Amino acid sequence: MSDLSSKETLTLEELEASASLPTGRKHILSILVENKPGVLTRITGLFARRGFNIDTLAVGPTDDPSLSRITLTLDGATQPIDQVTKQLHKLVNVIKIRDLEPDETVARELALFKITAEGSVRAEVVEVVEIFRGRVVDVARRTLVVEITGSWDKIEAFERMVRPFGMVEMARTGEIAIARGRSET
Amino acid sequence: MRAVDAIMECLKAEGVDVVFGYPGGANLPTYDAFVDAGVKHVLVRHEAGGGHAAEGYAKASGRVGVMFATSGPGATNIVTPLTDAMMDSVPLVAFTGQVRTELLGTDGFQEADTFGITMPVVKHSFMIKSPAEIPRVVHEAFHIARTGRPGPVLIDIPQDLSREEIDYQPVTDVHLPGYQPTLEGNSKQVRLAAKALANSNRPVLYAGGGIVHGNASEELRALALEGRFPVTSTLMGLGVFPAPHRQWLGMLGMHGTRAANYAMDEADLIVAIGARFDDRVTGKLTEFAPRAKFIHIDIDPAEISKNVPAHIPIVGDAKKVLARLLDEYRALAPDPVRLANWWERIDRWRSQYPLRYEDSVDSEIKPQFLVRALYEATGNGNCILSSDVGQHQMWAAQYFDFAEPRRWINSGGLGTMGFGLPAALGAAVAQPELPSVLLTGDGSFQMNIQELATCAEYEIPVKAVIMDNGYLGMVRQWQELFWQRRYSHVDMGQWPDWVKLAEAYGATGVLLTDKATLVEDLRSALATPGPVVVDVKVTREENTYPMIAPGAAAREMVG
Repeated sequence: MSDLSSKETLTLEELEASASLPTGRKHILSILVENKPGVLTRITGLFARRGFNIDTLAVGPTDDPSLSRITLTLDGATQPIDQVTKQLHKLVNVIKIRDLEPDETVARELALFKITAEGSVRAEVVEVVEIFRGRVVDVARRTLVVEITGSWDKIEAFERMVRPFGMVEMARTGEIAIARGRSET
Repeated sequence: MRAVDAIMECLKAEGVDVVFGYPGGANLPTYDAFVDAGVKHVLVRHEAGGGHAAEGYAKASGRVGVMFATSGPGATNIVTPLTDAMMDSVPLVAFTGQVRTELLGTDGFQEADTFGITMPVVKHSFMIKSPAEIPRVVHEAFHIARTGRPGPVLIDIPQDLSREEIDYQPVTDVHLPGYQPTLEGNSKQVRLAAKALANSNRPVLYAGGGIVHGNASEELRALALEGRFPVTSTLMGLGVFPAPHRQWLGMLGMHGTRAANYAMDEADLIVAIGARFDDRVTGKLTEFAPRAKFIHIDIDPAEISKNVPAHIPIVGDAKKVLARLLDEYRALAPDPVRLANWWERIDRWRSQYPLRYEDSVDSEIKPQFLVRALYEATGNGNCILSSDVGQHQMWAAQYFDFAEPRRWINSGGLGTMGFGLPAALGAAVAQPELPSVLLTGDGSFQMNIQELATCAEYEIPVKAVIMDNGYLGMVRQWQELFWQRRYSHVDMGQWPDWVKLAEAYGATGVLLTDKATLVEDLRSALATPGPVVVDVKVTREENTYPMIAPGAAAREMVG
């Protein structure tokens, strides 16, 4: 593109459109909001109205009691998130939104698994749990409850490993995330 | 003082000269405060009428429209005006009463989840939890409603909290950390836009309602005249550029002029200002302005590249951005001769395809003829013209020449039938020195007819002209064109008797059927004091043309 300070006019052909196309990857949005009633509904309403799916959603306090942080993950492959991010920015109670770059982000999720583990199988299950650095937090005659933290992928991998043993149920928090290094999320 | 008295103080501090409203159980304390407050209140006959009246007031004046409603049905009745205001970016503050806090969520009498119901249709809303916060919230509401991209803000106040005593301190500042509209356009982008304009051979300025809200009409005109650019506008933008004018192409879109739509189709550069590329403007999106690059100026970043990707996006206030764009453009001193071919082409379209209709050979009044007659009878549009929604609205947009902004008040985005009469009422209250004329249809008019009583009671001299074809004309037209003329529930029959109805409401009623005397008859009806209803019988089956069929491209205009 031509130098903006010169008097030369640019040709129209040089202009490229700032289109909002699907990005084709998973997005982690970290949204700092005022801790006021209705804020979560306003945010989820924006997604619902466009028929977008939120993959995970986690809400919690921040170091400032007047603010909360919402961490939300979305599939950018199927939905153009640019438009919805702009709409989120317009909400009066939204202070800041960051679309976290996966490479510069630490993202973690907590999951609880209830796994069938009777007799000799129990040792095998515990072995898998140890490999994944999980913890057994409840033991019953036929089942174990395992706590595990990690990235989305790690939890998915753990689930694949233990499913053959017989999984009774599972609960996941959805990811929370924070930017690496000094920069603020 | 009581929280409700503090609300009155806040209204005065905001410079509110009139509010529209309707009392009920949950806002009894507020209405008690009105008794001594010295705030002018117009008692409408339906909360929807109140909401639209506040809209008409806001659109005509540029100030924030204010309305009051009670809980439950009062609040649900203003959902339509709130949505309408959201779609057309109208600054409104709506106060709703709510049941006592102990009854919240119990299905109490006249309880509705107003906060929840209205959430998707407001710019912002507040649910009062503590009476002490009320003054601050009121000022925040006004600030949010009027700044940035304007819109409706709702304040829901439980009855018990509204009557509590508070220590009222005037609020002088508003601090909203999550709300900082961008006003100054990025200067690099503005310079880039000037260069693109200077290098363009087939430019079009595409002006929207944002220019009205941003009071940027003068700046738009200056830029257009400087560059000799052709100008078109959306339905909401009519009046921002004077019609008729050599550089005025007419409205664009579904019922726009061929010159405007063809110019968009062949343009190499389109400058959209305060416009949002609505489907009624673009038609088939993939074939919309296929040769053009786009400069998109809007105060709302979410509008940019929403429907059409912008090559040069500029987020900012239209008035500021256009003024700077003009300076930058002037500095480049481009030769306007480069546009000679473009103007030649546009002139050919204009002479080949002017707006036209087949006039009657007898005394029958064609609807288009009525619009021209009304234009003449108002001294070439010396009035604020409000309209409802449908064929009459489109004919008004086509045939009534608007020379100034805020002279054309209608429901664009939502297309709300019943908007017109209360809006004309609100406009009359806002600008009493200008005649407030309503052009409506026999369908739309009945949707908020009760506001005639308000006009009569307060001596608000709205002149309502009914384009009476006995049909829901636009729906009939679509059934004729796209549904094989299988007319389904569009015939409105012959009732009511409009003259008698007008008289029953304390207005003057006039029936007009003769084309030969129409202009004179309209003139004398408009000169009649007080509210007047003019029933003009027009051709029953007349279609609004030209037209781009829904989903078709501009090139495929018919009629």
